[in-house]
Amino acid sequence: MIKFFLMVNKQGQTRLSKYYEHVEINKRTLLETEVIKSCLSRSNEQCSFIEYKDFKLIYRQYAALFIVVGVNDTENEMAIYEFIHNFVEVLDDYFSRVSELDVSFFSAVNQVFHSAWQRTG
Amino acid sequence: MVASSSLLKLQDLIQEIREAKTQAQEREVIQKECAHIRASFRDGDPLHRHRQLAKLLYVHLLGYPAHFGQMECLKLIASPRFTDKRLGYLGAMLLLDERQDAHLLITNSIKNDLSQGIQAVQGLALCTLSATGSAEMCRDLATEVEKLLLQPSAYVRKKAVLTAVHMIRKVPELSNIFLPPCAQLLHEHHHGILLGTITLITELCERSPAALKHFRKMVPQLVHILRTLVTTGYSTEHSISGVSDPFLQVQILRLLRILGRNHEESSETMNDLLAQVATNTDTSRNAGNAVLFETVLTIMDIRSAAGLRVLAVNILGRFLLNSDRNIRYVALTSLLRLVQSDHSAVQRHRPTVVECLREPDVSLSRRALELSLALVNSSNVQAMTQELQGFLESCPPDLQADCASGILLAAERFAPTKRWHIDTTLRVLMTAGTHVRDDAVANLTQLIGGAQELHAYSVRRLYSALAEDISQQPLVQVATWCIGEYGDLLLEGSCEETEPLQVEEEEVLALLERVLQSHMSLPATRGYALTALVKLSTRLRGDNNRIRQVVSIYSSCLDVELQQRAVEYNTLFRKYDHMRAAILEKIPLVERGSSQVDEEAKESKETAQLSEAAPVPTEPEASKLLDLLDLLDGPSGDAQHPPPLDPTPGGALIHLLNLPCAPPPPAPIPHLRVFEREGLQLDLSFVRPPGTPTLLLITVTATNTSGGDVTHFICQAAVPKSFQLQLQAPSGDTVPAQGGLPMTQLLRILNPKKAPLRLKLRLTYNHFGQSVQEIFEVNNLPVETWQ
Repeated sequence: MIKFFLMVNKQGQTRLSKYYEHVEINKRTLLETEVIKSCLSRSNEQCSFIEYKDFKLIYRQYAALFIVVGVNDTENEMAIYEFIHNFVEVLDDYFSRVSELDVSFFSAVNQVFHSAWQRTG
Repeated sequence: MVASSSLLKLQDLIQEIREAKTQAQEREVIQKECAHIRASFRDGDPLHRHRQLAKLLYVHLLGYPAHFGQMECLKLIASPRFTDKRLGYLGAMLLLDERQDAHLLITNSIKNDLSQGIQAVQGLALCTLSATGSAEMCRDLATEVEKLLLQPSAYVRKKAVLTAVHMIRKVPELSNIFLPPCAQLLHEHHHGILLGTITLITELCERSPAALKHFRKMVPQLVHILRTLVTTGYSTEHSISGVSDPFLQVQILRLLRILGRNHEESSETMNDLLAQVATNTDTSRNAGNAVLFETVLTIMDIRSAAGLRVLAVNILGRFLLNSDRNIRYVALTSLLRLVQSDHSAVQRHRPTVVECLREPDVSLSRRALELSLALVNSSNVQAMTQELQGFLESCPPDLQADCASGILLAAERFAPTKRWHIDTTLRVLMTAGTHVRDDAVANLTQLIGGAQELHAYSVRRLYSALAEDISQQPLVQVATWCIGEYGDLLLEGSCEETEPLQVEEEEVLALLERVLQSHMSLPATRGYALTALVKLSTRLRGDNNRIRQVVSIYSSCLDVELQQRAVEYNTLFRKYDHMRAAILEKIPLVERGSSQVDEEAKESKETAQLSEAAPVPTEPEASKLLDLLDLLDGPSGDAQHPPPLDPTPGGALIHLLNLPCAPPPPAPIPHLRVFEREGLQLDLSFVRPPGTPTLLLITVTATNTSGGDVTHFICQAAVPKSFQLQLQAPSGDTVPAQGGLPMTQLLRILNPKKAPLRLKLRLTYNHFGQSVQEIFEVNNLPVETWQ
């Protein structure tokens, strides 16, 4: 089950966040900083799946933007990895060559968009 | 810098926030804007409410509190305008989770919107319901959603299915409402709906066994769907890098896994399909690999044919060779799960697994380590240990502990020769000494003690290791113990197995002193070193002055344990010098599993009387023995003050290093019957333990074949002065009649000078109402008892 879906840039600013389980608001910022820290500390040679507390993080880097998905144990990590890429491709189509700026300005629209794409779990 | 109008559009707000250069500035901007928004909400301006809410939501995204917008969401949802509704629902999803009180208030709005005919609105309502629906809301609105499942519009149906999934998760009892439509939904062509339906069925099956049985009937249909998916060619809508709708495939496979678990029939139906998927999927891109991985997981979980399982393991092996790290990660994780059940299949991929040990990524190398340890068996243990030791040298510290204990365990289970075992343990201690488990020291000393032929070899190797490095505590402890025990072998100079090493006595002593004085040594290590020094005083041929000096220095040490030891050893040198050799003999081998005995020996040292350990006051029997010894005339000379007899174990200095050992394996020395009277018989049996040539153990057995019991039976013994005798407590003092349980008593005789043995026995007992006393010398003692 997907627990959360984040788009965070390298400076730690959240561009998009969607939580599928309730997390307190102050804990959210904490979670996001920790998550981005662990993603930033990975080098190119390390794999994209991190074990973090009691769930797994699957991340992909696109230029300066990290897309991170938190899942529990039952998910197929590679399918989620593929899903992230699919999502980015859709955004690309919609915004015709999407960039971080687009994402940050149209974040509200993204929310709606994303709900429709809710990958059933 | 900030526009004063409260009609700031969202984009302008974002612009402003981006322009803020510091965190403080950003907070200022946001607070100002929030004040405007609050004012606007109070005024109740309906036209721009949605814009204000949009800004508020953005601010909420950044992490600032936005709870004052909750009522506004409700108002917006109730409004007839679509833009309002859209933002209102979005706000509801973000701000109104279950814990808020205002949550229930949207139930009515949702109900109204669901029954309207407008798709977009229905879609919005369903979305919100699926994101934040609480249990009560779900129960209320379940029937509405079910109706929508059969709507003509695919858009609405898709969303309805997703909402149903959420409802089942929240309220599992609703499954009976949602079960019937599933069969029909499976016939859909629309992939989105199909995907949703499969998830719905998965959820239903996970939560209720009745549903599971119901859906097992649909396995053929699912198989058919998947087969069409796999065999159809490229379709623009749903293909991802050559694989047609991998998400749907993965989901179907997962459902098949749940349905086929522990169920023979379904598993059989799936077998062909799984094989087909496994062979036909294109693995050059990640999507294909994802599908393949899910297939492997499914094969592992259901009751699949053996050939299929082997196929699964081979696929995983192929994954391991892939250059993409992610794939190797999942492959290692899955192999770890498989290794218990399909051990031989996994063994085939052992070389690749060992390769993965060299990964720079820690999570990968950890998994590779666990898998390698699971794959060690008796045929490959030497090669594997080699690899693992190479890994141990270069791995990060948190993995070192696991690796070290893993190697030691594997070595214990599969060691081909003792020498190899000792070598491996030594190497581990030298590389990762600080991370090994505590019992590694005890195990190694046990091992060395038991391998008599390797004493010289081990002590030599340990000596060279110690000479290089005295910081690794476990290694130092083992090495000092060994040097103490086998120091004489070290100095002999010749050993076939290692290069000749000329070691001087002075060097050895200097090394031990260095260990004693080093600040890196733990107090336990110092204790080992001190004891080793003292033991060397009997093993080395030189003068003992240096040793005595060191020992007396430590008798005023601040550490209580060391001080006590030093004082005791001092006393040993001064007053009991004649006993020193006997006390400091080589330790007999302790039984495995009675490592508590080691503990007890050390504890008895700690709890023994301090300073002058005077001999325990002898029992009254000793005085009678003086008489006995007077009777012993012969070449041994006058009976002098006898060595203290102490039938109770522990307490006296003598017992410091003599461990109470179990009766040793019997050596073939013939029994001897020494006494017989009126049915009472006394037998002696002799044992010479192989490790201690000067020790003789005699077991006195009294049996009674007469009609009356023998009570108050006491047996005493005396030997010439050059021997040392200990009587241990008898098993009892009554020998029952008619061949009842015999009484036994153990005698320990030390014969350092190997003089001919003479033994006198005195018996007192009551038999047939009479008290009997007998004194006699044992004749015909076999030669083996003293030679």
